[in-house]
This record gives sequence, structure tokens and C-alpha cells, in this order.
Amino acid sequence: MAELKRIKKGLDIPITGAPSSRVTEDKKTTLFAIAPDDYPGPVWKAVVKPGDKVKAGDPLLKDKATGKICLAAPVSGEVVEVNRGERRHIRFISVRKENGEKRPFNVAKTPEEIKAAMLESGLWALMRQRPFDIVPDPEVAPRDIFVTAFDSAPLAAKMIDQNQREWLEKGLACLTKLTAGKVYLGVRSSDNLSSRVAEVYEFEGPHPAGNVGTQIAAVAPVNKGEIVWTLDAPTVARIGKLCEKGEIDFSTKVALTGPEIRDPHIVLTSFGANIESLLKDELKNKEGIRVISGNVLTGIRVNKDDFLLYPYRQITVIEEGDNADEFMGWASLNPMKYSVKRSFPAFLRGLSKPFEFDARLKGGHRAMILSGEYDKVFPFDIYPEYLLKAIMAGDIDRMEKLGIYEVAPEDFALPEFVDTSKIELQKIVREGLDNLRKELS
Amino acid sequence: MKGLKKKIDSVKPQFEKGGKYEKLHSVFDGFYTFLFTPNETSRSGVHIHDANDSKRTMIMVVIALLPCCLFGMWNVGLQHALATGDPNHGVFSLFFYGFFATLPQILTAYIVGLGIEFVVAQIRGHEIQEGFLVSGILIPMICPVDTPCWMLAIAVAFSVIFAKEVFGGTGYNFLNVALVTRAFLFFAYPSQMSGDHVFVSLGGQEAIDAFSGATPLGQLASSSGPAQILGVNGTPLTFNDMFFGFYPGSWGETSTFCILLGLALLLVTGIASWRIVLSGALGGFFMALVANHFATPLYPVTYLTPWEQLSLGGFAFAIVFMATDPVTACRTTVGKYIYGFLIGAIAIIIRCYNTGYPEGAMLAVLLMNCFAALIDYCVVNANINRRLKRVAAKN
Repeated sequence: MAELKRIKKGLDIPITGAPSSRVTEDKKTTLFAIAPDDYPGPVWKAVVKPGDKVKAGDPLLKDKATGKICLAAPVSGEVVEVNRGERRHIRFISVRKENGEKRPFNVAKTPEEIKAAMLESGLWALMRQRPFDIVPDPEVAPRDIFVTAFDSAPLAAKMIDQNQREWLEKGLACLTKLTAGKVYLGVRSSDNLSSRVAEVYEFEGPHPAGNVGTQIAAVAPVNKGEIVWTLDAPTVARIGKLCEKGEIDFSTKVALTGPEIRDPHIVLTSFGANIESLLKDELKNKEGIRVISGNVLTGIRVNKDDFLLYPYRQITVIEEGDNADEFMGWASLNPMKYSVKRSFPAFLRGLSKPFEFDARLKGGHRAMILSGEYDKVFPFDIYPEYLLKAIMAGDIDRMEKLGIYEVAPEDFALPEFVDTSKIELQKIVREGLDNLRKELS
Repeated sequence: MKGLKKKIDSVKPQFEKGGKYEKLHSVFDGFYTFLFTPNETSRSGVHIHDANDSKRTMIMVVIALLPCCLFGMWNVGLQHALATGDPNHGVFSLFFYGFFATLPQILTAYIVGLGIEFVVAQIRGHEIQEGFLVSGILIPMICPVDTPCWMLAIAVAFSVIFAKEVFGGTGYNFLNVALVTRAFLFFAYPSQMSGDHVFVSLGGQEAIDAFSGATPLGQLASSSGPAQILGVNGTPLTFNDMFFGFYPGSWGETSTFCILLGLALLLVTGIASWRIVLSGALGGFFMALVANHFATPLYPVTYLTPWEQLSLGGFAFAIVFMATDPVTACRTTVGKYIYGFLIGAIAIIIRCYNTGYPEGAMLAVLLMNCFAALIDYCVVNANINRRLKRVAAKN
């Protein structure tokens, strides 16, 4: 029996637009792209030019330092564009899909073969390491590997299907060969997922129970000097398929969610699909909306000519709301304004019923005033206010002592949502982690 | 509302950089965001936000203060009527007497305090912060009704500048602004801030012969043993009088009943920390119990029962509205229990054993404000040590 962990601190934000289980196949999208900004850590170098022919699994970018870690083409076809922003920084490399060909890989059995296959196929870059929340360094073995098999974020769909379970188990077996420690699998207690090779922990409770950071904190927190790798179950299933069958699979199930989607459901497509094509005929309104690749907490705002971004699982569309001109909003008695504080009458209506959210901050930026707000939605043995203050002050010694090695920006998403002072906490943590990494290297 | 918005938007450029009224930008911005919630949407991080903001939070505290405030005004009228022996009074005439007696103080506090906030916000280029909305109403409520407005103005200016703005404004002060104002008045003008007359507004009329304007705690402090507490017209006070607040004192803080009404709102909305309130009440009760057990004529306040201690003076008001100020209180959960308990206990200690100060709540909160950071430091250090131990256990 797997051990059960109850996550008590957290919050399930009730948003309208949860996806149904209906799955449609995306046949119309032809343009796909990989954005290197999704893969923090290495500096990426393009290895293809517009006009080159690539197969799914062929490298588009490699890391500049070693050339070992690749970001691969998600589909087979012709490279259309290497889009560069300021200072020739690569924004994305797009590929027009022409056929379903895939680059063949060898079946991998030994740790070295598995590692090599993952690095070359681009699956390596889908992993993250803690501390720093970056693509892991292949030269350093991790203490443990943590896999999460469910997404508890707002409107997220089920992460893994029945037919992927076999590959998941095989992938977990491969991962056990890459660490001297354990491979942990975090599952939703109702999902009935088990494994013979990984140590399974069942989780109960609100978001962020599905965040791998929460699971690490509950099982075996990261200490100074230790490294763990984290990844999601679909990636593990891809690794299983790659190593067992030599087949690379960049297909992904994307949940189209949110109040501005006409009929929220799931679309089967590939990594980096073009947003405009994915959302064709799916939107309620064309104007005044915000399209987010990912969920409302950690996702990234995209335009219609952008592409589906890492972790390639969800698109949320909400109202932008920048023309609301709300009169004396602070005095509002509107029962549709969601607040965990109960200073709005929404709690009389029931806070678990779905609400429609827009992207407004709904207040001005202030210094930290209320205390204990963050703690209620932050299931770590860490004092978030103090850690944040240490990061803002750039005090490295104190950051270490207060547990910076255990966190990633996404862990601060819920505190940022409930924050009365509207401080950009995830940004602070990301900058803190990047600065710390620079100082230590 | 669209029309109003359009009109305001049309004059907006004049208040921006290079405009005619550039120097009033912060003031304009303050009123603008007061009328219309900013349309600003999130640029980084989470895309949706909780509807609660600092304006809402502060307004909730002001609403929580209203029962105390309205009752206080009425009570000012009542004490006036009792003191002057005027038998013909209706509820409204009492209330309006008190309303007009306290209005100048409220206006003084807001005009001086907000004036300074506006100027500082303009100099720093900040938005105007709402912290003073609460302080501005708290300050007159914890002062005697006959406090001269010029004294109040000086005290408010001192405390807003030296207890808040020099540290960076709302969110950065380590002392409660309202209590610094009160402490300034107490120490700078001791003769005007105590004694028989300052707590009851006579309004220029003659007092009756049996009149004594001393507060219950003031009466006890100057007695020499267990004494009967009397109202302003010489009749003894019952526990009900004490609990509901029918006695002279700083005008907003006498009614424990109204304070509890405000507390209910603060706890439902989750704005005040129940931990601080609970441990503060326990600390006060415990200390009062100890003091009462060892009651001695040397310290006559010790003869009060714990329930009387909790109902009289500024104790309840300080625990509910001052100790819970999130900026100056402890920020850690464990710290809050310690902080609250010590405020309660120290308030009663000062009240009982320092006959020079009839009331100890103000000093207790200010003292613990100073120690809040230290308590938090110890609590956070325990967390740090836990983390270090985890590493040590591995190696």
C-alpha cells in the first residue's frame, strides 16, 4: 500500500470552463515551434537553418556549453523560421509539418544508453532539477527523482490515461537506473495508480498537491548541496516508449479550458502547436481576451501567432478585463467577486462554485501588509514572507538558511494569487534563483 | 458612471508629468483609484487575482470600528447629561451632542494625517496608501473627548512622520501609528491628558455637585484599598455598565460589547488574527487572576475581578484593534500567540502595579511592537535550525 500524504494548506480556485473528457484530434495544425525560453538553465544555440528538413526527434537547438542537451523538432517537415528577438536571442524555431515521419532511436537498456537517448531526443530537457528549477546537468547524478502523475492546478485535465500506464511503468524502470537514490511517484489517491519499481505516495488535498515541489517537501525535502530531478508522468511514459521501442513521441493531450472557451475539452496534438490553429472556432469572443499557455497560475500569456509552451498540457482563455472601469470596486457587494478573505459576500454564495475571473489585479501594489496570507496556501516547512524578503534583499546566506533550495517559482503561485498587496512573487523567486545560481557558479 | 469616468479621464493629463497640476499627481491618483478600481491587468506571474486589496481591507477595519465609534459618540452625550444633571435627553440629542463634540477631533486627525500622506506620496512618487484611513479614526477614539485639537494635530503629525513615513510608509512602520499619537499626547501633555475633567465633555456647562469625571481605573489608582467605582454622577457602576461602556473614558474604547461586534467582523473576514486576540485575552485574564489572588491595598486595581479588568479601560480595544495591526504585530503563527499573550499580561501588570499609569494597554502594545521582530526572529531561527539538523542528520 502506498503511503498517503494529506496536503492541508492550499486552495482550489474555482474557475468556470473545466474541460470535458471529450478528446478531439488536431488535424488542421501544420505549424509547430519550440521556444528555448521554456528551458531555463543552458544557453541554447540553433543547429538548423530555415529550409532545412527535419524529422520529429531531430535536434533544433543544442546547449552551447557541452552540445549534449538537445531540443528536438516535435514534428517532421521543413524549418520555417528561426525567430530572434533583442540581441539575437532566439524566441522560437518553427517547423511546418509535412508528414508523420520520426527519427528512429536505438532501444536503450544501460544507464549510459538511456541517458544518451534522452539527451538526443530532447526528452532530457523536459526534466527539471531542484534547486534552481532548471534543465538538469547530465554530469551530476541526482539524489532522487520525483515524478508527479496528476495536475491539481485550476482546470487541469487528467495527466495520464489508462493506455499510457504501461509506458509509465517502463519509463520509471529506466529512471531508476539513473539514480542511486529512489524514484518517487506522486499520485492522486483516487487514481488507483501503482508501480512496482517506484516508491508511490498518494496525495490528498487541494492544489498545490500535484506540484512536484509540494510532493518533495512532503516526502524528502531538498537540502543544501543535494540535487533532485523532477518530471511529470507523460514525460516518463515518453521515456519508456523511447527506451523500450526506440520510438519518440511528442504527441500531447492539451486541455482547452477557461471561461472564454466555447466548449472546453481535450485536443490531441503535438508539442509547440500554433495557438491560432488550436483555438480556431473554439473561442467565445475574439477581442478582449487573454490566451494563456498553461494554467492561470503559472502559465504564460501568448498571442495567436505564438505556440503552445512547456509543459504542453493546457491552454486557458480568460477575459482580459482592462476596460472594466469598475466604480468603487473596494466597496463592491457583488457576490461574483471571488476572495478567500470573506470580506466580499461571495462566500455566502459558496466559494467552491465556479467564478469567472478576468486578468485584473483588482487593486494597487502595496508593501507586504497582512501577515500569514501566504502560509495558508503554502504547504512547505518554510516561512515564505521571510524567504521572499531575503531574496529581495539579495541576502544569499539567509536565502539558503530559509530554504531557497527547496522551492521553484510555481510554488509561490497561490501566495501570489491571494496576496492583498499584489506583489509579483513568482518573478521575485525566479530572479532570486537565477542570481543565486550565478553567484554560486 | 461612464460619463464621470470620461470627465475625469479628460482632466487626467493635467495631473501627469509636465501637466499644469503635476504637483497634485498623488492626490489625483488617490481619488481616482478611490472612485474607479484600476484596470491594470497582471503582467507577470499569476493571471488572476483575489478580489481583496488593501483598500478593501482597511475599509473593513473602519466598518468594524463603527459600532464603537457610534456608541462612543452617544456615550459622550450621556456622560455630559449625567454630569450636568440634565434630565431631558433623547437618544438622538445625546448622540448629536457627542457627534459634534468629537467631530473636530476626527477631522483634525484625518486632515493632518492624510495631508502628510499626500505630500510624502507626491515626494516619493508613490501611490497614496490607505493605512491612515484606519489610524485616522482610531486616533480620536482613543483620546479623551476634551483633547484640544491643536494638541491632537501636533501628535498626529509627529507620529505619522516619525513613526511611519521615516521608515518608508504603510507596511514598514514598526510601531502602531495610532498608539504613538496617544503616547505622544500622554507624555507631552500629562496634565491635560489626565484628571477629572478631560474625559467628560461639559460643554461649558456647570457640573452637578456629586460630579466626578475620573475614569474607573483612574478612581481606583488614586484610592487606597478596594473602592466602589462610581459613575460621573456619583452612583455606583455595575458590571453591565462596565461591559456595555456607560462610563467616562477615551470615548471610543469604553464599550466592550461594541468592540466584540467589531471583532466578529474582523474574524469573519479573516483580517484580524484570532490567535493574537485569543492569546491576548487569555494573557490578560490570567494576569488579572493572579493579581486578584494577591490583591493588596497598596495596589488597589488588583481588587478588580478578571472580567472587570477585561471590560474596563482600553484593554479590549487595544487587543482587538491595536495588537492585531498586522504590520506591527508578529508575523509568524507561533509568534502571534506569544505576542498576544504578553500584551495581555503586560497590560494588566502595568495597570495593577504602576499606579502612575492608570491604564497599561497602550504601553503594553507599544512595548511588544518593539519586541515583535525579536519574537519572529526566534521563531524563524527555529525553522532554520530544523533545516540545518536535517542536513546534519544526513551527513
